Amino acid sequence: MVRVIVDGAPVDVPPGSSALQACEAAGKEIPRFCYHERLSVAGNCRMCLVEVARAPKPVASCGFPVSEGMQIFTDTEVVRRARRAVMEFLLINHPLDCPICDQGGECDLQDQAYGYGSGISRYKEDKRAVTDKDLGPLVKTVMTRCIQCTRCVRFSTEVAGTPELGLVSRGENAEITTYVEKALTSELSGNLIDVCPVGALTAKPSAFHARSWEYKKTDSVDVMDALGTNIQVQARGGEVMRIVPRVNDDVNEEWLSDKGRFSIDGLKRKRLDRPWVRVHGKLSAVSWKDALIALARRFDGVPGDKVGAIAGDLCDAESLCAIKDLLQGIGSSNLDCRQDGAWYDTSARSGYLFNSDVSGIDQADALLLVGAMPRHESPVLNARIRKRFVDAGRGGFPIGMIGAPTADMTYDVNVLGHGPDVLADLLSGKNAFAEVLKNAKKPMIIVGHSALTRRDAPAIYAACRELAQTCGALSADWHGLNILHTAASRVGALDLGFLPGPHGCDAASMLRGGVEILWLLGADDVQLERIPPETFVVYLGHHGDAAAKRADIILPGAAYTEKSGTYVNTAGRVQRAFRAVFPPGDAREDWRIIRAFSEVLGHTLPYDTLEQLRAHMAQVNPVFAQTGQGAPRLAGAEGGLASEATAREGELMTTPFRPVIRDYYQTNAISRASQTMAECSKVYGVAPVVAAE
Amino acid sequence: MSTAWTPAAQPDSFVFDAASEEEIAGVLCKYPEERKASAVMPLLYIVQRQMGRVTGSAWVPVVAMDVVAQRLGMASMRVYEVASFYTMFNTRPIGRYHLQVCTTTPCWLRGSDDVVAACQKATGIQHFGETSADGLFTMTEVECLGACANAPILQVDDDFYEDMDAERTAAVIAELRAGRRPEPGPAINRSVSAPVGGRKTLLPSSTADQK
Repeated sequence: MVRVIVDGAPVDVPPGSSALQACEAAGKEIPRFCYHERLSVAGNCRMCLVEVARAPKPVASCGFPVSEGMQIFTDTEVVRRARRAVMEFLLINHPLDCPICDQGGECDLQDQAYGYGSGISRYKEDKRAVTDKDLGPLVKTVMTRCIQCTRCVRFSTEVAGTPELGLVSRGENAEITTYVEKALTSELSGNLIDVCPVGALTAKPSAFHARSWEYKKTDSVDVMDALGTNIQVQARGGEVMRIVPRVNDDVNEEWLSDKGRFSIDGLKRKRLDRPWVRVHGKLSAVSWKDALIALARRFDGVPGDKVGAIAGDLCDAESLCAIKDLLQGIGSSNLDCRQDGAWYDTSARSGYLFNSDVSGIDQADALLLVGAMPRHESPVLNARIRKRFVDAGRGGFPIGMIGAPTADMTYDVNVLGHGPDVLADLLSGKNAFAEVLKNAKKPMIIVGHSALTRRDAPAIYAACRELAQTCGALSADWHGLNILHTAASRVGALDLGFLPGPHGCDAASMLRGGVEILWLLGADDVQLERIPPETFVVYLGHHGDAAAKRADIILPGAAYTEKSGTYVNTAGRVQRAFRAVFPPGDAREDWRIIRAFSEVLGHTLPYDTLEQLRAHMAQVNPVFAQTGQGAPRLAGAEGGLASEATAREGELMTTPFRPVIRDYYQTNAISRASQTMAECSKVYGVAPVVAAE
Repeated sequence: MSTAWTPAAQPDSFVFDAASEEEIAGVLCKYPEERKASAVMPLLYIVQRQMGRVTGSAWVPVVAMDVVAQRLGMASMRVYEVASFYTMFNTRPIGRYHLQVCTTTPCWLRGSDDVVAACQKATGIQHFGETSADGLFTMTEVECLGACANAPILQVDDDFYEDMDAERTAAVIAELRAGRRPEPGPAINRSVSAPVGGRKTLLPSSTADQK
């Protein structure tokens, strides 16, 4: 540690820290525009000037390394005057359009001009104007407001890995542009809006919709992928206006994927806001009472084992637990949370988790992607892989991939082959990458759903496990065999044992007529055309998507922003989301609907409040007792509720992996209802299907 | 697709010719393989010279910057940034001859305004940055060329024409128009930047006298 003295108070900081970090450690606020803790240091805004003893002039603290005994002064007359002068220069060409600027109220320039500026301008000449750029359907530009801090350039180059923005020309003519007009091709482009300290880059879909101080802010969890990105839902007047990321270094650092940020207009469209019952082939709106009674009547005389439930990808653990209890209460074990037909090793919790945790990527020194396409399946996790790739330097983090990438991965990958037969080559040492894995201290294998949704998934997983064992990925302090989930509800459902019982039907056989009453809990991505006409379909969900069209009874539920829910991310981290707004119309929280129905049915569930239900969940699986930021993840804890034989191994097939996500922007009921996401898929297109070889 | 930076008319493709490839090999061998992005400026200059050789207009089209980026394993954007930063890379098509008039103080004091006026008269160009109607000349204003002793300077492509005035400028342009390149250097009777009319100091006979 290095001891420096900030405004007379000693503070210890790690060697190599900057003066700015030392000041922060001492609790001093240093104004800044270009400096961002997760980006490289540019040092071009000069706002962070401080005085250092024996330095001839103020220094930019963001790029000034500390040394032993250094004396820093953050609040002298020299510093104040220097900052005032810098601010005056920054404001020379900045328009005075704060009243019509979307950044107004949360603008670094506004705040710091207020705190450190001089209050008047001596500049009488004409201001410069810069042409706005078209960066695609998500990011709106007002380039005259740009102060050229280059945070966006550094974000897109370093974090997103899509170096499409740059600072071209020089001096007075300098401007941020893509040079050739094009839409940004990153799934993380929304974060440019967050890193921009002024109103140059703002959200296009929500332009001029609200002012930042009008929002009611609620902490929540993103459900668009299985990473469980920590988000803050910002609502006004019962309407979700905006979603921004929260900082959680163990999950998403401070980034959010574009789908999580911009599919919110889907929450207002195609919503189910009242119960519907199909009478003589036509759906008609009914009251809750009538709907629940009609449904209970249909249950009459149906043996318990002829009722089944399939859970979708966006469900909270509470509703999953309630429906499981309901079905078990009437004697059914036809439960399945794997609407995509995936296979997991459920003998232990570590069989279906991202065991090394998201932050474990920072320590890994070799990576093998098996049927996973993280850029589309979890863009923020992909950025973490890229961060590791960049930090490790040239060749420091070799990445092998089995399966054809459907987009630029944003890091160098060594495509070893397209089918699982490559695993056999890796095991036998025939493939050179086996040596790379073996030589690594902390090798990492990520198995994706392109591998797990195939018929030979058990064999693939067994091969991966063997490979992990032979290359030392499974040691006492390192578990490098990871499953990358694509559904936000999946791990929670697996933790609750939402799987077919010993004699229960799985999703495929339920769809093919294995049950008389099929309860779809937000399951829209099942093969609905397979359901025989005589099966009675109950749909409990929030969007009038594919499954609602087939349903015989529709029970309107709440979307993730409209209920307090528990979600378990792909790494097994149990996280709570809070209700930001109320569900539309007659729609209710899902677990309450199930609880109400259980009473009508005469199998009343033993909980009346959310707290009781959560206490019950903790009994079902103790992982649910520990939530919140910083809660232990219980990685690899043997808390699995095995209900299925795991030894279903077979032969590895040679057919190439097929991508599970063809269109990143439209993967679930909410994003399919979103016009913004529809626009994105139009602009960015759909990944081509890999031809079978 | 054009922006404020890129002119609408861009060629569809760009390939280095044999002469350029030879030059590139000479440049790239100076840098280690993993640092070859350092060669971006020489390569852009090679592009510009090849364009001048082949099309008669020495400029760097976007597609050529992409080729350079690919060759050097860097993002296209980084090449755009470099090319747009330096004024000596022309990101728009220019005339066959690039008339670069220095108008910084020493040249201006020595009559660069006359040189500009002569260029305008001889080529029909009205303003800096324009290309003449016949496509032969582009006139740009440049900052100090570092040859103040020979002010004013007219730089044509890579050559300095020194000690210019209106008459001599017109003569140079007339020669260029005729397809000939006049000898670069001082246009008056002097050797490089030596005093007009020969040496004035350190004359052999006076050396002893001064002692």
